[in-house]
Parts: sequence; structure tokens; C-alpha cells
Amino acid sequence: MASLAATFGRGAMTNGWVDIKNADVVLIMGSNAAENHPCGFKWAIEAKKVRNAKLVNVDPRFTRTSAVSDVYAPIRPGTDIAFLNGIIRHALATGRFHEDYVKLHTNATYLISEKFGFSEGLFSGFDEATGQYDKSSWAYEADPTSHAYAVDPTMQDPRCVFQLLKKHVDRYTPEMVERICGTPKDEFLKVADVVTSTGNAQKVGTIMYALGWTQHSTGVQMIRAAATLQLVLGNVGRPGGGVNALRGHSNIQGATDMAGTFEILPGYLATPRSELTDLKTYLEKVPPTTLNQQNWASMNYLSNYPKFMVSLLKSAWGKAATKDNQWGYDWLPKTDGNYSWLYLFDDMYRGTSAGRAGGTEPGPEGFITFGMNPVGIGPNSSKMINALSKLKWMVVGENYEIETATFWKAPKEYGGPDSSQIQTEVFQLPCSGFAEKDGTFTNSARWLQWKWKAIDPPGQSKTDQEVVARIFLAVRDLYRKEGGALPEPVLNMSWAYTNPVSPDLGEVLKEINGKALTDVKDPKDPTKVIRKAGEQLAGFGELQDDGSTACGNWLHSGVYTEAGNLAQRRNNADPTGLGMFHQWAFAWPANRRVMYNRASADKDGKAWDPTRPGIVWNGEKWVGDVPDIKPDSPPGQFGAFIMTAEGVARLFSPSLNDGPMAEHYEAVEAAIENPLHAKVTSNPVSMGLLKKFKSDKDKLGSRDQFPVVCTTYRLTEHYHYWTHHTAALNQLQPGFFIEIPEALANEKGIVNGGRARVTSARGSIEGVAMVTKRLRQLKIDGKTVWHIGFPLHWGYAAEEKHIGPLANFLTPTALDPNTWTPEFKTFLVRLEKAEGKVA
Amino acid sequence: MGAIQGFEIRRSSASLHGSGTQIRTLPVVAKYIDTSTCIGCKACEVACQEWNDLPVAQTEQVGTYQTMPSLQASYWNLIQFREVDYQGGVAWLMRKDQCMHCADPGCLAACPAPGAIVQYQNGIVDVDPEKCIGCGLCEPGCPFDVPRYSATNAKMSKCTLCVDRVEVGLEPACVKACPTGCLQFGDKDTLLAYGKHRVEQLKTGGFAEAAVYDPPGVGGTSVITVLRHGDHPEWYGLPKDPTVPTTVSLWKRILHPVGFIAMAAALFGTLGHFMTVGPKKPKDTARTSGGEV
Repeated sequence: MASLAATFGRGAMTNGWVDIKNADVVLIMGSNAAENHPCGFKWAIEAKKVRNAKLVNVDPRFTRTSAVSDVYAPIRPGTDIAFLNGIIRHALATGRFHEDYVKLHTNATYLISEKFGFSEGLFSGFDEATGQYDKSSWAYEADPTSHAYAVDPTMQDPRCVFQLLKKHVDRYTPEMVERICGTPKDEFLKVADVVTSTGNAQKVGTIMYALGWTQHSTGVQMIRAAATLQLVLGNVGRPGGGVNALRGHSNIQGATDMAGTFEILPGYLATPRSELTDLKTYLEKVPPTTLNQQNWASMNYLSNYPKFMVSLLKSAWGKAATKDNQWGYDWLPKTDGNYSWLYLFDDMYRGTSAGRAGGTEPGPEGFITFGMNPVGIGPNSSKMINALSKLKWMVVGENYEIETATFWKAPKEYGGPDSSQIQTEVFQLPCSGFAEKDGTFTNSARWLQWKWKAIDPPGQSKTDQEVVARIFLAVRDLYRKEGGALPEPVLNMSWAYTNPVSPDLGEVLKEINGKALTDVKDPKDPTKVIRKAGEQLAGFGELQDDGSTACGNWLHSGVYTEAGNLAQRRNNADPTGLGMFHQWAFAWPANRRVMYNRASADKDGKAWDPTRPGIVWNGEKWVGDVPDIKPDSPPGQFGAFIMTAEGVARLFSPSLNDGPMAEHYEAVEAAIENPLHAKVTSNPVSMGLLKKFKSDKDKLGSRDQFPVVCTTYRLTEHYHYWTHHTAALNQLQPGFFIEIPEALANEKGIVNGGRARVTSARGSIEGVAMVTKRLRQLKIDGKTVWHIGFPLHWGYAAEEKHIGPLANFLTPTALDPNTWTPEFKTFLVRLEKAEGKVA
Repeated sequence: MGAIQGFEIRRSSASLHGSGTQIRTLPVVAKYIDTSTCIGCKACEVACQEWNDLPVAQTEQVGTYQTMPSLQASYWNLIQFREVDYQGGVAWLMRKDQCMHCADPGCLAACPAPGAIVQYQNGIVDVDPEKCIGCGLCEPGCPFDVPRYSATNAKMSKCTLCVDRVEVGLEPACVKACPTGCLQFGDKDTLLAYGKHRVEQLKTGGFAEAAVYDPPGVGGTSVITVLRHGDHPEWYGLPKDPTVPTTVSLWKRILHPVGFIAMAAALFGTLGHFMTVGPKKPKDTARTSGGEV
């Protein structure tokens, strides 16, 4: 999501599930949508059946998605940037790109600092010692007279973004794509032709991706490459277009919206770092600033940051948050370093945070985990298990006894200490499953949809909100009785629920939406009250920075208004005919169904394709979808991308940590030397971060010892690590298996249904061999590089007959340098035949 | 449960005619399976099991995505997965295997028990367990290898096209559960027309041999299947030109008029078999070679 935010301004699926039916070309890459999103996938099928759309699939394996696609091409795991840059090159070289769109809606015409450069695999500003970039040379050039962005409308200046991009991708010829990706040239060109057929006003194409892109040390840049391609083709903001991130769980979008990771607060507001000591400094440093208005002005909507932040603080601490105490800003925890997954567990394992950026504290002594299974989902399972054994206590809120709760009795091969040596006290709290509580799911399309409880949770299990509330109330009581360091954030916490022990989730949703605390006046006419004290807000447009509004997540504002709980709406009227369904549930932001929809129209506000209009200017206002621009601002006043400081989308983006344009690097465990620049084989910024991970568990394998590329994935029949407790699903997929290309299996003497062993530098697992033609032998840079894969659903806490190895026992401590997402999708292994019966 | 009361019976096993007035005509229904949009998710397998109260099966991973090697007495709906060499690469074909509900049902023709297998006026072929004698003669009668003997109740069983749902105006459970819409249910003529449209689409999309599988050798079926490779139904595990076995059609056409004699003989034979070797053994359920064809 970091990537989409860096390109378009917001980190989420740009369009929506239903909208996929409007596409002429659907490219699925980095995703096995048919397997993992079978219900949403119906819209890709709909596009095929109704529009005769072409479904294109690029994947290391021939999957369930490939089985129903029109064009399939194989690719070596982890090389998607080379493939995508190859398509961009093809589009620019053959003129199959949407030039008017590119000039109008992207930063193609903007000039970049003359200090910017790229050579031998490194962008300018790289510091070998820290392994990080100084990004100052990636900046826009300012016009010397107007001090606004300097632009070349003809896109001829060698320093304009368009020319820089052209030069950057020029190395990715079809021959180079074949060398890196292993995709035969003719198969690559077939894909490139179909995808670039949408580089015009008449056609639209969409891209669907998922964890097959995010879980790489180059994951964010893979998505950047895709976003760049879609901008070059003019496919963003238009119905049937977009870069569509398919989230891996039914509510993962909701989780990230509500601060699912350490670096963000609800609504993607930045978690303050310790150097931002007061609210004024925070509000000066964090929101993006814009150069003067050139081209089109940017609305730079994030200039409203103070309203979002103050309203969030008011929702947290109510009356205790006042102007005099900076609305409680001091009570917000400040970060002193990186608290993402790998860092957290590294601290836990080593017992100290010393040695990583900013850390000086001892490692965590306690751990609370809900709705996760750290032993299963983290890379390098042995390190996870050993880390947990260093804790004093752990609380697990779950509906099953998962691997994490029983880490102390993990089988010996995982290398954990003997259980007699583990002092960790484990508390398992039985929690309700999703059908045993109400609340919302926020799907990939950003729809907040209410669900109603189907049955009561069994036995003594309780809903998550009750468990959290009880812990909070008990902690607050302790602070009341015993005091403690900084008790204010807990004692002052607003907890105004009818039932404080088990808050009603409808009330919580109201709180998230926000309300007026005092009368809110119209800024243009202070005699007019736009929202009376106590009323629910109609949307984030009503938020104020003077403490008169409270809002738990500005992005979700509008979901629970005076009209009621809009997440419960189920009206399937579709006057647009494009599947927008504005009266079905609520889509953030502002019930908009296609984000950046201003880009669906040309400079005069006319739809690029009148049969598929997003919004159009009717002379007075924008009509169609909920406009992603000031509704009464005439064409030409504002740029189409209101969340970026430039007002346009970025082909060149200075905000990521590993480069302004996507470059192919090998995985951290590299199967070959990088054919483009052998000295910089893997992502240099990832490699820099890894220098911090020095424990005995952080082993990387070399290609001499581990010559086979391996990848992991999920299956339709199971849901993560939970359903190996479900008999009906176990019958459909009873156990762990390893998919092996036929020719490799023959070489190793492995037969279908026989046993195989896979070993990485971290561990070794065994399972049933599934010998298949669906994995092809690929020639990489002149030689054969094999790839295999296996699904991740099993573990040692399954039903007796369905126990299997943890897939992540083999995966490395390796990560993307922007999101710190682990590299699950490409790592190196050795494959052997194992003894045992042939099933 | 006996035969469905709401539908008139067109044909009935070991009987000269069906029942009812024949005054009201019902359109022939069909289930439409578009293998070119099936993703093999198996939602239909579980829906079938749940609606029909069939028990969960014990299976083992033997190197395939397919749940089990073939249909079972308590597993009436199975997605078959096959890998086929195609144009230098591979085609991964997924087909929902189930009773085809033939217009000329070989099982019904072969069945010696009066009324045990019936064909309703709308084309659905159903087994009436109360009348089934568990002789297993329907098995060789079927060119699609569908009916299965259950040792639990000594009866034959197979997909009923959810006739109990269809009777009250609902679609079969599998169709209800299908997420991509590759399964449809309705009037056969309409679905055939839709299938032809889809085939034209596939032909222009590069599958020149696409076809609707509705084999004339069994009079057509009430389960019609769109195939990308219509010239190779065997790639999907479908017989190329299925017919009712000669012995069965002989039995039906020539011996039926003197049916009671033959029936008595068959019954006697079955009874003899039962008394000497016990009930018919269920088909071998072990997964011998898991490899996809």
C-alpha cells in the first residue's frame, strides 16, 4: 500500500471488485485471484463473458487463475519488475500509450533535479555505509522565476520525468526480460501486446495483484512498476482500470485503516516519532507541502491534517483533550525506531533492542496476540518460536489452540528449547470467531459492510471487544489504585460506551465516524451552524481543528451519520450501470467507488470513453461517481490527484526508500547474479537493513548450496492456519504437499504421491510430492533455474491426521525496505527425494 | 424418501410407462457447466454434501488437487482435475463430474426394480431408495460411470439434480454455491442457446474447437457442458460418443415387453449373488495413482 500512496496519494485498491467487469483487459500478476479470491474473481469472469475482455495471467505456476485465462506466460519468482518495465518499454517504444492522459494527469512533464542520476544499479544519493539513500537529489526542479514546479509540456527535455522513465526502462528489452524472467520472448511479447492495447482513450485495462507482489524485498517497487505502467496506459481513475490490490483477508483493509501497523494511526495519520515533541512541530513536518501552483494547482487535501489529527485526539481523550494540553498530543506514544514484525521479534529473540536503529530498550517481556498466529505467519519459524520462549508472559486471544499458544511444545525439529527450560507463562483466552460477533468487514474495494452475528460464541469464549475492554478496565483500575508513570493516557481515555465491559460495535462505529462536540459553524458564514452539537458528522468535510469535532478515523467518516449506520445498506440499485452501487454499504473515502475519478475525464471534463464515464463536468459541477475533486471546481482549476502535493500522479516518486523508479533486483537469496548490474544484485536498501539482523537464527543460503528457487502460497480450500480444524475443508485438501516440475522430479527420482524433502538455510521439511507440468523449466541467463513451491496452511496444532510442517520454517529474515514486509515469495532451497510410502 | 410427488414421471424402471396424466407438459430442465470459467474451487462439492446430508469423507493427499479419485456413494459431485499437454504448454482442465441426467438413461433401462429409477417429465433422473434393491445393474448401464453402491444402506445413489429443491422452485445447491457463475440452472433450450453463444465467444477467442457437450447417443443430457476443447471430451474425462450399452438397450427394447420374466430372472440372479457372495462391494475407494492424467 506504501507504493500506491507514493504514486497516487492513497494506499488502497483504486477501483473496486465490481468495477473489474468494466475492463477490456485484466492483467493478473502477483496474485492467484481465482484461488484466493474466488468470489471477487467472478467480476473478471463477468468481463470475459460480457465484454469479451482478455484475461492475462503471468505467474511462476500455471494456477487456477491461469486455467481460465486467455493468455498465460510463465515467470521466475521475484522478477516481476523486469517484466513490467519491459511492458512499459514496449508501450513507449511502439507508441501504444495514452499520451494526452500522461501529459495531463501525471508528472511526466515535470523536471527533476540535475543532481539525479542512476548508474550500475544505484540511484544517486546511496550511502554504502548506512545502506540508505539520501533522497535530496530525487527532487523536482523549481522554476527559477515562479518558484513553482518546472515543466516541459513537450516532454522533450532530457531531465523531464517522461524522458528519465524512457531511459530507465530502455534496458528492459524483450531479450533482457527473457534473460531475467525466463519468459520466452514471444510469450512476453504476446502479453505486452494485449496489455498495451489499452494505451488509449477507447480501451481500459485493470491490474489485479496481491501478496505475490507485496512479499518480496522489492515488493513495493513491483507495485510501483505496475502503477507506472497503468499511468502510462492512462488506466488510473477510470472505470475498468486501476491498480487493484486484493487484500489477503476479509478485513485486512479495515485493519490497516484502523492502524494495523506501528507507523500509522487510524486513517493513515503518521505515528509521531520522538523528535516531533509537540503537536505544532508534528503538523509542520508531517503533512506534505506543495510548491506554488503551476500547471494545475493541487488541492493537496492533506493540508487538512490538523483537522484529522485534532479530531482523532478528541475522540481518544474527550474532554481531557484541550487546546492548552495540545489535545493530549503528549499522551500519544512516540516511536524511537522500527516496531514492525521482524524487528519486534528480533528484539524479543535477542532480549534487547540495542543494535537496531534508535533502540536502547530491553526486549519485550510480554506479548498480546489476537487473531494472528505469529509462529505460523512470521518468517523463519524457528526464530519466532525461540523468541516467544524468551518472554515472561504471553496472552493469546483465539478461537482455537493455535501453534503460537502451544509454541512451547513445538516438535523438536523447529529447534526451540526443551519445554522444561521455557519460563513463558501463556494465557489462552477463548475468543469468538467472525460469525459469532457483529461489526464491519472492510473489503479490498474499501467498502465497510456491516455483518450480523450468526450464532453466540460457544462456552466461555468472549468477543474480542469484550476481552480488550476488560483488560483496559482492569489496567485503568490498577492505575487508579496504584498510580504509575504517566497515568494520564489511560485515566483520561474516553470510554463512553453504554456497556463499558462489552462495547456495542455500533457505538464504536459511531465514534469512528465522529460527531460534533459543540455547534460547528460554516467557515464561510459563521452565523450558520452546519452541524449541531451532539450530531453525527456527515463526513470528513465537517471536521475542525478547534476541538469542536471528534472522529476516530477521518477516512471512515460518513459511515454512520444522522441517517444511521450506512454500512448496513443493502440497496443494489445501480443507475450508472457500471456497478457502482452507491447505496450498498459505504465506501471510503466519502462513498466514492472509483478513486482518482477526475482522471477518467480529459482536460475539458469529458469522459475519455463516454460509454464508461467516471465523472464528467456538466458545466456547473462534476456528476457520476462521488467526485474525487472539489465538486464545483471547473476543469483546469485542480489536478486530478488531490492527495499528492503536485496534484498529479507520479511516474517518478521521490517518497520511497529504494528508488524513484522501479529497478529489477534479485531476491535477497539470489538465484543468479543480476544480469543488469552484477555488483548490485539484490535490493541495496534491503541488504543494508539486513545488516541489523545478526542473530544466529538469521541465516541466508547461497545458490551453490541451495540452487532451487522456492515460493509459498495459499489454497482456495483453506483459510490461513485456522481451517485445518474444519473437517469439511480437510477432506478437500487433507495435507501439505510440494509442487515440483516434472523434469526436476525425474532428475531427482521423485514420483507423484511420493515423498520429497525441501531444505533451506533455516530448516528442512518433508511432504507429499505433487509432480506437475504446471511448473515449467525456465532458462535464466542461459542456464536452467528450477522453481518449486508449497502452500502454507499446516502446522503442528492441527487435527491429528492433518498435521503438517510450517511453511515458514524455511523462509528467510529478509524484507522490503519500505513496508518491512517479509520476503516469503522467493527464497533458495535444496530438493531431495525422501523415503516413505508412495500414497 | 420416495419419488418426488410434485413431478409427473415420464419413465420408470422396469415398468411399461410412467405415471400421471401427461396433460401438463413441463419444460426439460438442465444444469449448465461452463468449464472455461470453472476455477475448481469445490464450493459445489461442499454445497452438495451439506444439502444432501452426506457425511464428510476421509481423504489423503496423494499428489493432486482432486478431492478423491472418483465419485462415491456419498460424494455425488466431484471436480476432476486434469493436466493435458497443449500448444507447447499445459492446459489444466477442471470439470464437475456428476450424474448427467441423460434423456435416455442407461441406468433406468438397466434397472430391474420397478420404480427404483425414475425420470420425471422435466428430465431429472432420480433414484427411489425405497424401491432400489441394491443390485448394481445400473452401474454398467451408465456410460458415464456415475451410480455408486452404498454398503451402508445397500442402495445405489447418485446426484438427484437436487430434485427436492427444484420441486419448490430453487436451483440445485451446487449452482447456488458457485462463485463464478460457471454453473447455471434453468430451461434446457435457453441454456443450450446461451451455451452456443459462449462457444462462439470461445471460438473467436482462440478455441476453434469449443463446443457444448450434449451427447446425442444418450438422447442428450440435462447436464450440458461447455468445453474449450470440444473435440477432445476425453481430456475432461467425458466419453467421446457415449451410448447406452448394447446389452442394456437390448434388454430394454426387446426384453421389456416380457419384462416380468427377465426381471424375475435378474432378481433371482441378484438374490443368488447376494446369498452366495454377500452384498455388492463398493468400488475401490483407495487412491491408487494420484497423478493427474
